[in-house]
Amino acid sequence: MSNRPFAITLKPGTSLANLTGTWRTERPVYLSRLPPCNNACPAGENIQGWLFHAESGDYEQAWRVLVQNNPLPAVMGRVCYHPCENACNRGQLDSSVGINSVERFLGDEAIKQGWKFDAPLPATGKRVLVVGAGPSGLSAAYHLARIGHRVEIHEAGPLAGGMMRFGIPKYRLPREVLDAEVQRILDLGVTLKLNTRIENIELSMKNGGFDAAFLAVGAHIAKRTYIPSGDAAHIVDAVSVLRSMEGEEKPMLGRRVVVYGGGNTAIDVARTAKRLGATEAIIVYRRTREKMPAHDFEVEEALQEGVMIKWLSTIKQAEVGSLTVERMELDEHGVPQPTGEFETMEADSLVLALGQDVDLSLLEGVSGLEIINGTVQVSNNMMTGHPGIFAGGDMVPSERTVTVAVGHGKKAARHIDAWLQGAKFEPAAKSEIATFDKLNPWYYSDADKTVRPMLDIIRRQTSFDEVQGGLNETNALFEARRCLSCGNCFECDNCYGVCPDNAVIKLGPGKGFQFNYDYCKGCGLCVAECPCGAIAMVPEET
Amino acid sequence: MGFQPVKFYQTGTYTVGNRLLSDAERSVQGGELRSNSINSGHRACQGCGEALGARYAIDAAMAGSNNQLIAVNATGCLEVFSTPYPESSWQVPWIHSLFGNAPAVATGVAAAMKVKGRTEVRVVAQGGDGSTTDIGFGCLSGMFERNDDVLYICYDNEAYMNTGVQRSSATPPAARTATTMPVGAEPGNPFGQGKNLPEIAMAHGIPYVATATVADLRDLEYKVRRAMTIRGARYIHLSVPCPLGWGTASSDTIRIARLAKECGMFPVFEAEYGEVTGVSKIRHQVAVEDYLKPQKRFAHLFGKTPHPETVARIQAIADRNIRKYGLLEEGGN
Repeated sequence: MSNRPFAITLKPGTSLANLTGTWRTERPVYLSRLPPCNNACPAGENIQGWLFHAESGDYEQAWRVLVQNNPLPAVMGRVCYHPCENACNRGQLDSSVGINSVERFLGDEAIKQGWKFDAPLPATGKRVLVVGAGPSGLSAAYHLARIGHRVEIHEAGPLAGGMMRFGIPKYRLPREVLDAEVQRILDLGVTLKLNTRIENIELSMKNGGFDAAFLAVGAHIAKRTYIPSGDAAHIVDAVSVLRSMEGEEKPMLGRRVVVYGGGNTAIDVARTAKRLGATEAIIVYRRTREKMPAHDFEVEEALQEGVMIKWLSTIKQAEVGSLTVERMELDEHGVPQPTGEFETMEADSLVLALGQDVDLSLLEGVSGLEIINGTVQVSNNMMTGHPGIFAGGDMVPSERTVTVAVGHGKKAARHIDAWLQGAKFEPAAKSEIATFDKLNPWYYSDADKTVRPMLDIIRRQTSFDEVQGGLNETNALFEARRCLSCGNCFECDNCYGVCPDNAVIKLGPGKGFQFNYDYCKGCGLCVAECPCGAIAMVPEET
Repeated sequence: MGFQPVKFYQTGTYTVGNRLLSDAERSVQGGELRSNSINSGHRACQGCGEALGARYAIDAAMAGSNNQLIAVNATGCLEVFSTPYPESSWQVPWIHSLFGNAPAVATGVAAAMKVKGRTEVRVVAQGGDGSTTDIGFGCLSGMFERNDDVLYICYDNEAYMNTGVQRSSATPPAARTATTMPVGAEPGNPFGQGKNLPEIAMAHGIPYVATATVADLRDLEYKVRRAMTIRGARYIHLSVPCPLGWGTASSDTIRIARLAKECGMFPVFEAEYGEVTGVSKIRHQVAVEDYLKPQKRFAHLFGKTPHPETVARIQAIADRNIRKYGLLEEGGN
């Protein structure tokens, strides 16, 4: 006899006995895709990773994640041309995240709070010589020192920083910021020898007992062009003008300054001339604005400050107080062609900003090197043809920016470390890029980019005060929270919420989620409703 | 309206959870300790909007009643897929009687609790659009009219789905069902028929009526929890897309529900004593075409012989909703 109630013949039970996971033909899996910002960063920063911590207001942790790849955030937050922001998916929604301004905030905060790098790993006993204390050399020294190698930097100049000090004007990078970030690297135990020019790299390595060397001497020799000129015509080059800005004697350029060239250096020197008191600073460039290599926002800032630009012009002759300029025309290939039409410009001085060459004298007699177009060739591991000698920054073929140089330093450090151990460094395979179509943008709040404050125009024309201001804590937090976290879970609970089968297990803050494949029917709702594209459907094994 | 969305913590309150919000601002569904009123192992189709909506609503009702809740279920998908005897997915006290009598049974449960002095125990009745708008409508109207202390939740998937997609009085115009085939001059379900149950409920003058959608969890939770603070007859009408009956991908359920709201076909509002007191505005307006096209039940409007005039008539319905409820006006949420 059953002792069950009347008319009840079966034992009641829970539906948990019914494993609906067997219905599934595809299964959802959590994954991390590569955010486009990270992919675009020449220094290989984990931008999404550090913004994640900044979003919750943990700035120190954000900074620590940042400096795993780049030891110069306060510098970077000022001088980087932020290719990350051009790649940012949010640009397709309203406007890209102000990554650069948050980076600067974190860098400044670190200086203000006195945060120090994590202690280096135990000493390896290996010694590495770094030649040049520019961004590339400092970056390599930092990464090598963190792994535990003894690093000595030999710098030919009187101060560290390279082009960050002797090329980039103060109004873009205040020197106390640079000094603070350089000092923090030296505090790791890196030895810096100033006014120490390497004449022969092989000899220096042998005498100093170094196991490897990283060369990053930059490109400091100004390119010249032949311009017929009278004996007294005042012609100088942009590199020496910008370098002398760091010395006691400021360059004498006069009231009417003409700058010849169209790169960022031409812009920097024209803006510097304006600040030194020139009534007119005129850039002469042989092509058009669209073809100008200088970054558009810098051109714009220069024009705001009263710098004038004479397009489609070449300088034919220089005399005392005047220049002869020929008007050019673009042919059908976009190449400027002379027209034979000349005019005269008044000019107290002419500054040539026609690019820079590398001083390769320290490499004389070194075997195995390959030099093409004045730059040292390196293979994928940043090593020159001479075993144990690596090179990076402006002296190897690349885009010549601070960020690229920092990236070279990091990459070289990893390969030098592997080489010192007789191994080969294999970078981790890049995961798939989290493109905009992988996101569900519905879930992101509408919020436009925070505009950074700019110094007023009169002070920009008369002083070397920093032009672009930084964010404060409130708007830096706002800006960080505009990040879409592309391709990486930020624990929004959507997958956990939208599953009709309760087949997502929430593991708790910081631990993410897990699928319960016993019950997951494979509907794909979690994938469709994941804002950031951190889940994918994969076919079930048959 | 009472629900104050958080505008900007990266995703604000658009997502189910948000690690940047304080505990008090978080949703029931985002919590690790939500009651999971309807458990895993139920037999709803992949991507079922009703299974999802039922968990959203009953978990919120549990949270709003200090877990003192009895659920009464009408016949329908929800009952069939959750409780094939002797199994059940329900983790709340739950009773099913007939297709048409859920409101009356709920009335009885509430009366019994009152007699026993157990007034802290709250009663929810629930059913699909078939049991609500057609078969149980008489009992429901009576429950409203007597102002019985029951929250009635209708999960509207716009047809009788578990019996093979037959038309109900909640099926929209032009939709193909097993009983409204896309043939003749006006293919699909005829225009000008059917019932607007939220407005009928409002006409009873009951304390609280609201519409909600599985595409807006925070709004849904707010409305259920608000309903649980009120005594008397309350009605919530929930839009729950059905991948099977609507002919949509199982992963599209929430997207379709969102489009229904954003095009104006499903106005989301709340009303007290017969007057509208709050409206959920359209955030990114879309044409009804964007909502209709992904659904196979409307495929005949866009096939080899398209029916733009029919689409225009449906757009007119959406436009009327937008006008009537002020779905695009400034202010509000």
